[in-house]
Amino acid sequence: MNFLAVIGRIVFSFLDAAGRIGIFAVTAFSHMLTPPYYPRELFKQMMNIGYYSLPVVGLTTLFTGAALAVNISEGSSRFNAESTLPIIVVIGIVRELGPTLCGLIVAGRVSAAMAAELGTMRVTEQIDALTTLSTDPFKYLIAPRILATIIMVPLMLVVVADTIGVMGGYLLATSKLGYNSGNYMKATMDFLEVIDVAASLTKGAVFGFFIALMGCYHGFNTRGGAQGVGIATTNAVVSACIMILLSNYVVTEMFFSS
Amino acid sequence: MSDTAKISLKALRKTFGPKVVLDSIDLDVLAGESMVIIGGSGSGKSVTLKCILGLLIPDSGSIKIDGTEMIGISGAKRKEILTKFGMLFQGGALFDSLPVWENVAFGLLAQRLYDRKDAQEIAIEKLRRVGLTPDVAFLNPAELSGGMQKRVGLARAIAADPDIIFFDEPTTGLDPIMADVINELIVECVKDVGATALTITHDMASVRKIADHVSMIYHGKMIWAGKKEDIDHSGNEYIEQFINGKAEGPIKMEILKS
Ligand SMILES: Nc1ncnc2c1ncn2[C@@H]1O[C@H](COP(=O)(O)OP(=O)(O)O)[C@@H](O)[C@H]1O
Ligand SMILES: [Mg+2]
Repeated sequence: MNFLAVIGRIVFSFLDAAGRIGIFAVTAFSHMLTPPYYPRELFKQMMNIGYYSLPVVGLTTLFTGAALAVNISEGSSRFNAESTLPIIVVIGIVRELGPTLCGLIVAGRVSAAMAAELGTMRVTEQIDALTTLSTDPFKYLIAPRILATIIMVPLMLVVVADTIGVMGGYLLATSKLGYNSGNYMKATMDFLEVIDVAASLTKGAVFGFFIALMGCYHGFNTRGGAQGVGIATTNAVVSACIMILLSNYVVTEMFFSS
Repeated sequence: MSDTAKISLKALRKTFGPKVVLDSIDLDVLAGESMVIIGGSGSGKSVTLKCILGLLIPDSGSIKIDGTEMIGISGAKRKEILTKFGMLFQGGALFDSLPVWENVAFGLLAQRLYDRKDAQEIAIEKLRRVGLTPDVAFLNPAELSGGMQKRVGLARAIAADPDIIFFDEPTTGLDPIMADVINELIVECVKDVGATALTITHDMASVRKIADHVSMIYHGKMIWAGKKEDIDHSGNEYIEQFINGKAEGPIKMEILKS
């Protein structure tokens, strides 16, 4: 087997998939901008994506913030630099861990659910039925899901993830490591800058976009029966996670590389 | 003939990769008549309907509805023509995220013909028409038996008083008595709304109950067309094998090849 041919085939199939997903995304956005709109669907998706993801996002970042504080306290005490702990926690959570963890968790929850739901609708001909009932599936199914995720992930989930993550560090530091509550809060507030929050929210919006795009694309293009739905779900979660980690790096470079 | 035809297919061809599903389909359905297409499983009956509805794009050929060529037509025009259609899908294709009445009223709401309250009343009326009580309207489709789901699908197909109704294997998966009830309902509903009906089935009891004209599809072509009365003495060995359900004959089931 020719090694170069194998590489070539992989590259081409990757480009092919990327092109299809790109066209899918452009189509979805063009449908978002033209009526009819489905506010009822949008609201339903916003509740489902935002509100119902809160517990798992909160829980994850609370314990991650606490664990981060333990690690930094251990490390910084070697250099007598304990005062840096609140700063590293807030920067670490807001710039990096809050949005990334939130994105990965929501990818597991929301991308999977979207792919499974749309995939089932595809294989049971519900998507075809929509078309015969004067309804564009892109407008009714895809546009509300993508829009809802782009809104809810940054403005609700990342905000909560950042806040609770910082709080996790604060609670641990003040209760177990003997930090003064007032000083800790002051250090946190002094070092947190607008650009950190902007980066965090930008990441949330970008991750939200990829979460919904991958869930919708794989679900919408499901083939076969139950097995096809399973494959679509797996592909949605895996590709959403990869895109989150990749775009995380790109957005970080955009904001913070000097 | 074709100037009075409601639906007219000429040399319709559809392939999936190397697989030729429809080779060259010719079909004329006259206004107000009930045409039934028969053919074995996998012979391309559903694909034919989906090509007419624009859910699949044929490779070549012509599809005329009321004399208007549907292939290459603009999206808006197609949408307008599609509002004349009702379709009962093979598996029902009911939206399981919506209650029964919203399923039935979906097309009315999508076309913004009525507000939700009036649409609900119409839906309940249509449900009554297919023999379902008003309390069914507020159940979820998943709570209904197969026969009831078929009835709801039928109510949805006739809800917007369509010109043309498609029935995709309306009796498959039902017991003989329920099948007869559904056949009966189809005949009545089609008569009620004065529609042209195109049914695909492999159930000969349906054919005898529903059809004015019958066409048989085999290997991607229409191999026979005629009046229902002529089907028992067609002199066509394919038809004879099919209506008698014999394994021996010119029709070879493609068991090894798939
Ligand atoms: N979207 C599709 N992609 C690939 N093959 C398809 C697709 N839809 C149908 N087929 C194939 O076309 C053939 C005819 O299918 P269909 O029209 O559903 O049969 P039936 O006459 O039982 O309704 C089948 O062999 C099926 O595998
Ligand atoms: Mg079929």
